[in-house]
Amino acid sequence: MIQYIIRRLLSAIPVLLGILIVTFALARMIPGDPCKAILGEKATVAVCERFNREYGLDKPIYVQFGIYMNDVVHGHFGNSIRFSRPVTTILIERLPMTIELGTIALLIAIAVGIPAGIISAVYRNSAADVATMVGTNIGVSMPVYWLGLMLAYIFALQLRDTPFWLPPTSRLTAGVASTPFYKTFGWALAEDSFSYPIMEFISNLYVFNALISGDWVVLGDALKHLILPSLALSTIPMSIIARMTRSSMLEVLKQDYIRTARAKGLVEYLVVLKHAFRNALLPIATVIGLQVGTLFAGAVLTESIFGLAGVGRILFEAITARDFPIIQAFTVVIAVGYVLVNLLVDISYMFIDPRIKLE
Amino acid sequence: MVATTSTSSTTTRDYRSNSLWRLTLRRIFRQRSAIVGLTILGLLVLTAIFAPLIAPYDPEEVLIGREDIKKREAPCIHLLGCPADQPQHILGVDGNVRDEFSRVLYGTRYSLFIGISTVSFAILVGTVLGSIAGYLGGWVDNVIMRLLDVLMAFPSLLLAITIVSVLGRGLQNALLAIAIVSIPIYARVVRASVLSVKENPYVSASRALGGSDIHILLGRILPNAIPPLIVQGTLGIGTAILDAAALSFLGLGAQPPTPEWGTMLGTERNQVFTAPHLVFFPGIAIMLTVLAFNLLGDGLRDAIDPRLK
Repeated sequence: MIQYIIRRLLSAIPVLLGILIVTFALARMIPGDPCKAILGEKATVAVCERFNREYGLDKPIYVQFGIYMNDVVHGHFGNSIRFSRPVTTILIERLPMTIELGTIALLIAIAVGIPAGIISAVYRNSAADVATMVGTNIGVSMPVYWLGLMLAYIFALQLRDTPFWLPPTSRLTAGVASTPFYKTFGWALAEDSFSYPIMEFISNLYVFNALISGDWVVLGDALKHLILPSLALSTIPMSIIARMTRSSMLEVLKQDYIRTARAKGLVEYLVVLKHAFRNALLPIATVIGLQVGTLFAGAVLTESIFGLAGVGRILFEAITARDFPIIQAFTVVIAVGYVLVNLLVDISYMFIDPRIKLE
Repeated sequence: MVATTSTSSTTTRDYRSNSLWRLTLRRIFRQRSAIVGLTILGLLVLTAIFAPLIAPYDPEEVLIGREDIKKREAPCIHLLGCPADQPQHILGVDGNVRDEFSRVLYGTRYSLFIGISTVSFAILVGTVLGSIAGYLGGWVDNVIMRLLDVLMAFPSLLLAITIVSVLGRGLQNALLAIAIVSIPIYARVVRASVLSVKENPYVSASRALGGSDIHILLGRILPNAIPPLIVQGTLGIGTAILDAAALSFLGLGAQPPTPEWGTMLGTERNQVFTAPHLVFFPGIAIMLTVLAFNLLGDGLRDAIDPRLK
């Protein structure tokens, strides 16, 4: 299996290289002068020259690409032009937010989508089936940002003075602060140590951080802030997962071994869950893996609606501000994430169906 | 003897009534989702065509001075108890004092145009790329498919945002971006059909008879790709409309005062607590349109090509 993983990772290199080239080229093709975009239209020629020299923008394009490739390989993404801070630091601050949002949205999508699909297939043409199918059709047709705004309107405004009130913006209520778990545990970490960025990254996953350090106030608050955005983000994956579960289950329920299982007098729920569902899982796993892209694209919109400082929003802002280092770094991270998730899905096949050998 | 004649005439009649198109049409009309989708779509097309007749106002006309109303006024329907001395605005008035109902109606034109034009363009380019890749095979196939893999490695909306930033804001560039982003799907569909039939005996026969590559590709191979393309294209129109609305929502697509639903949503998004009607109705309109195409696409898939299910 390790051999397979290594081979798969190696085969991803051409695609990753392509992604790097496309990102680099697209970022340079964005019209307009980054100097004027960042420093303002009134920046003088001398100031702009110094600015370009500082960020290496005065060098020929192939030299810039060479420098960029070298940096990427070494994990240096340079400084953000707009914020004058290392891109890696910004990544450590922003990526956990998006991962948290995406993970919770995906969990909601799976937790609702799979049972809905199974019920729909088992009770085919029943009221529950029709309701699920109508629901999933509406789910994939709804603009994510519209649903987000509507949820905010209902839960933040209409239900204001009820226990169902939910906050429409930011990650935590003002006044509530998340303490990094390593500080709670009293670990002394030097800012230049190797593990510092990793620890920072983990502690920026507020829900996870609160969970391991036992800070229930922050945990509750962070989860409360995540409900609306992740609900909005989850609708499309949820609908797609439910539909795939239904059609895959219908296919399996027709098989002879299901009839055999029933004939030998097995309880129906065991037939459905053990004999049918396990065999229907393969296409469902594939479709779950494919949702990662939908989640990232949806994150751009959801984060901008709910005022969340995540990857999607900063990437959108960076594209409009021509902040090359941020665009390049974040696109690479997203693309690598994509490749890794698909690898994980491929590996999961082996556990779902032991007949599959990864060669 | 008589019996034989009647049997043969029945067979002939059956054969005629079962011609491919009729059979397909009959199968489509047996799909409930296709009928619902077609009905909604029919109504939307009628709305788009007759928008100037139905709309009570010009969608871009600012009503300041013409009527005594404030901006972002809530809907006023006389039948539902709105005082008769107030001007009737079924869906209210927007932030620039324009009639929201007329704007939503005209928006239908934009959405239908956006969906159909982007998908047609993507199908055209996708078909060319997919058939070249599938038919020629070898390194050409490899190069084309790897390029498309790179395109597919990006989440489509993010790639569209980047392309619009390169080309500049505006509806036309947003359409181009969405079309480019959706090319890989169609190229893959076409390539798969080409690969599945190119070694069939009837293709070899056509080649043996001296048919040119173009003739074989257009006349013998590509017709096989039409059913999956129709299905994929119908479903793709829904996605294209959603993506275009999202780009406009972010301020990258259609620019105000164009009555495009995404733009309308985007300009009034911060007013959701004070004037929810300005967010609610354009969103419902987008959803209905996308829903119509999705239902139709589902129905078509079940009727034309159940294997795709």
